[in-house]
Amino acid sequence: MTITPIVLNKDSIVITKEQDVVPFRNRVKEYAVKIGMSLVNQTKLITGASELVRNMLKYAKGGVVKIEVLSRGRENGIRLIFEDKGPGIPDINKAMTDGFSTGRSMGLGLPGTKRLMNEFDIKSQVGEGTIVTVVKWKNG
Amino acid sequence: MEKIPILRMGQFLLVTIQVDLYDQLAENLESDLINMVKKTNAKGVLIDVSSVSIIDSFMGRILGNIATMSKIMDADTVVVGMQPAVAITLVELGLPLKGVHTALNVEKGMELLKSKILPGEEYQEEDDDHADSTE
Repeated sequence: MTITPIVLNKDSIVITKEQDVVPFRNRVKEYAVKIGMSLVNQTKLITGASELVRNMLKYAKGGVVKIEVLSRGRENGIRLIFEDKGPGIPDINKAMTDGFSTGRSMGLGLPGTKRLMNEFDIKSQVGEGTIVTVVKWKNG
Repeated sequence: MEKIPILRMGQFLLVTIQVDLYDQLAENLESDLINMVKKTNAKGVLIDVSSVSIIDSFMGRILGNIATMSKIMDADTVVVGMQPAVAITLVELGLPLKGVHTALNVEKGMELLKSKILPGEEYQEEDDDHADSTE
């Protein structure tokens, strides 16, 4: 049985250009530090966030990221929701494969990020946009 | 515009990354470094990442590119001082930085570069091994 986590705090950041990435990463780090996340988990969360925000910039020219502080029993965590109105992903299974990329990158962004997070969900509609939701628990 | 300084130290180039890089800055560093290798005839490039708190796939790719490009220009690259949390994250991300030499700190990185451009030292070691086996 899974308990639905309670959202303690909500924040959102608009990403429109490359220079927004570093302040965004710092904001995520602030929240992670506030809940006492370990350095390794912080690094994983921020690295994953950096991958996703880059995808958003590259394929959708930006979007909005919601940052939520979660509580589930004794465990705290951070949920990030990346929402863009880009072209969408036609084949999500393919996009989740290591080494697949329609850009010039190495194709590690999505599958790599999934490995770094505790929860990972992606929804995409061609022509409408993409929503990626990730959760990293403090001790996850 | 912001720039990452590249210092020349004898036959080596020394880069200390002290800010979190955004993509354009990292790309500029890549081309600046390669141009500097050519301009200064550098035999080695040492990149200190000890104050970098995250390396994602883009930054990892830039480090790999720098190593490959400078190798083509006959210079070795050593990345030094990576934080443990960054190393753990890189491997889980699926980016083990193959082909990039690493060392624990600047001092060890310098030793590694020196041993690479002075093959005399390597021969010395082989001789030592011989001496051991014949004794």
